[in-house]
Amino acid sequence: MTKRVVVTGIGIISAIGKNTDESMQHFRSATSGIGAITHMDTVHKNNLPVAEVKYSNEELLSLLNISNHKSNYTRTSILGMYAAKQALESAGIHSVKEKKTGLISANSVGGMDKSEVFYTQFLANPGKGKISNIVGHDCGDSTEHIADYLGIKEQVTTLSTACSSSANAIMLGSRLIQHGLLDRVIVGGTDSLTKFTVNGFNTLMIFDKEACRPFDATRNGLNLGEGAGYIVLESEKSAAESGKKIRGFLSGFANANDAYHQTASSPDGNGAYLAMSQALAMSNLQPTQIDYINVHGTATQNNDLSEGIAMKRIFGETVPRFSSTKSFTGHTLGAAGGIEAVFSIMALEQQIIFPNLRFKTPIPELQLTPETELIEGAGIKHILSNSFGFGGNNSTLIFSAA
Amino acid sequence: MNVYINGVGSVNAQQAGYTSNFLAEIQQTEQHSIRSIEPDYKAFINPTLIRRMGRIIKMGVASAKMCLNDAGVEQPDAILTGTGLGCIEDTEKFLGAIIQNNEQFLTPTSFIQSTHNTVGGQIALMLGCNNYNFTYVHRAFSFESCVQDAMMLLAEKAEQNVLLGGVDELTANSLKLIERLGHLKNQPLTNLNLFNSKTRGSIAGEGANFFVLSNTIAATSYAQLLGCKMLYKPENINEVTESLQKFLQENKVQASDIDLVLYGYNGDEKYERVYTEVSDKLFNKSTVAYFKHLSGEYHTCNSFAYLLAAHILKSKSVSPSILLNDKKRAVKTILIYNHYRGINHTFSLLTAC
Repeated sequence: MTKRVVVTGIGIISAIGKNTDESMQHFRSATSGIGAITHMDTVHKNNLPVAEVKYSNEELLSLLNISNHKSNYTRTSILGMYAAKQALESAGIHSVKEKKTGLISANSVGGMDKSEVFYTQFLANPGKGKISNIVGHDCGDSTEHIADYLGIKEQVTTLSTACSSSANAIMLGSRLIQHGLLDRVIVGGTDSLTKFTVNGFNTLMIFDKEACRPFDATRNGLNLGEGAGYIVLESEKSAAESGKKIRGFLSGFANANDAYHQTASSPDGNGAYLAMSQALAMSNLQPTQIDYINVHGTATQNNDLSEGIAMKRIFGETVPRFSSTKSFTGHTLGAAGGIEAVFSIMALEQQIIFPNLRFKTPIPELQLTPETELIEGAGIKHILSNSFGFGGNNSTLIFSAA
Repeated sequence: MNVYINGVGSVNAQQAGYTSNFLAEIQQTEQHSIRSIEPDYKAFINPTLIRRMGRIIKMGVASAKMCLNDAGVEQPDAILTGTGLGCIEDTEKFLGAIIQNNEQFLTPTSFIQSTHNTVGGQIALMLGCNNYNFTYVHRAFSFESCVQDAMMLLAEKAEQNVLLGGVDELTANSLKLIERLGHLKNQPLTNLNLFNSKTRGSIAGEGANFFVLSNTIAATSYAQLLGCKMLYKPENINEVTESLQKFLQENKVQASDIDLVLYGYNGDEKYERVYTEVSDKLFNKSTVAYFKHLSGEYHTCNSFAYLLAAHILKSKSVSPSILLNDKKRAVKTILIYNHYRGINHTFSLLTAC
């Protein structure tokens, strides 16, 4: 890469807490955020575990000091505003106007949480349904709310490539800095739990009725989650000018397409292999230099096998230490890449490897064992993070220690 | 680095596909929505797949294939798709089934196809293309974000062909919602009189317009793309004109060089003032033209304006149907200025090869 892009801030909200400290406490105590559905009104309430953010919209708005009676924010927007604000504060940015500052946000189903309320009335009678419940349906809505809340104007756009969405937002942000179009950019994604996605994944029969077991031989599907994760990227020059602490480098990335099936991953993990190998090439790192992989690891039969095969194709018999933090947060879809980027920076800063919960037996075809206990003093310099989505969309990010 | 449009493909409301006699015949309608004239999809898509695909997927995939054929490119180095609302037909289908069946007895097809990157994914699948594949979904920045990304990709590496396009579909429900939001005309109007309507609201549209952008000129080249800029929520018209002047400077173009400006006039009197002021202030010697009476208003309709500009620059002719004030200039350089509800403003500059 010609110009180095640095990470100066991180912000997160998920089922394991509303900031990095709370998330770390959950990792240390091996407490996952997966449990019964409480906020959503659905027939699956008592039989499908999910990873909910433990606050209602009203509680989150009051934490943000926004008087809620005037707003029609979707949950997607609120989660995004919450985490993006935290990222900006963590980067010590007080004025977004003093440098060219952008926002690239991602999500998978926009403001579906309100659309499904609207449609219930609208489908019965096209004249009915509160119109303010549908104006936030599109994916751009939450991004504009976040941008307006933070005062960002310079560059505002939204990506949606299913479960790799926010990893792709991070790549785009990095390239906008490398091309000199921005000095710094808030990048990541947000998604809330909806009946639409819960029922959608349910029809695909890829839900585990228990808490998920990534990379285990007996894995039986994923648990949906919700949340938002953003990081602040800056040019090295911009960070140096403000004497800012560099939290890490985004040293490589790639997006490749599996071109195999709309939803399933190829048996040889070709898209994943291409994404990982191209990201490694960009970072000028050898596979042996990767110290930890934050795997996509959804715990579906198909993903973990295909991802594992791709890892073996790259790393041979010496696959680096790895774990799936989705065993804590569930699969947060369009937010996953952002949330896992935040975890990657936390891992680099605190030299910790997160445990992969509920793993017992390696997948016979792979014989790969993730880290099951939290590792301190992990000696990590380079982390590879995977995010794969429908449409064969495969993305890899590589973060390096400052 | 120069960027060229080396191929185009389109599913639009004016003709089935895109041919060199584009706009020789203009579609006139009294409907407040303009649907695409869909081509025979069998020419572009495997017939066994067509039956399962939603309309937006068919429109997008066919337009992309048409475009690659036109450019003589088999495998693009990247696939970029812009869509404001994505696959709303499938989204509504799945949402409707959830509500009507109380979350039971559901089938996955419409859920799978509702994903916003379905069009881009299906193009990759059809081509067996493993390359970079992004989908932008930001209102009237969706298509322009693709253009910005493509220009970066072309600056990063030589001899690249990037396939990009804007695609959106109309459904009966989405049209009803546009109407309830007050974005639709509520009095009789033919589309050809859209500019003169002087009332609130517009006419809704849909379509899929794809392009091959390359950093190498080719025998098939239509035009050179000089630049594209997005401006989010300008506070006043001054901010628009300043940003526009800066954009021209960055591209080393004088306002007097602009032979024709394609404005995003959509017939809504609330949103036309900024175009008229920009036109009077900066481009009073340029020919004034518009396009939304031919495409309808939709988040990615600026991709239709790109098609129109590419067509004008290659054919060296301007259809009288788009002219509002003809300054009789030979058209070598075109500025497209569009905005969506005063929020998403975009400027694009194209010039003859």
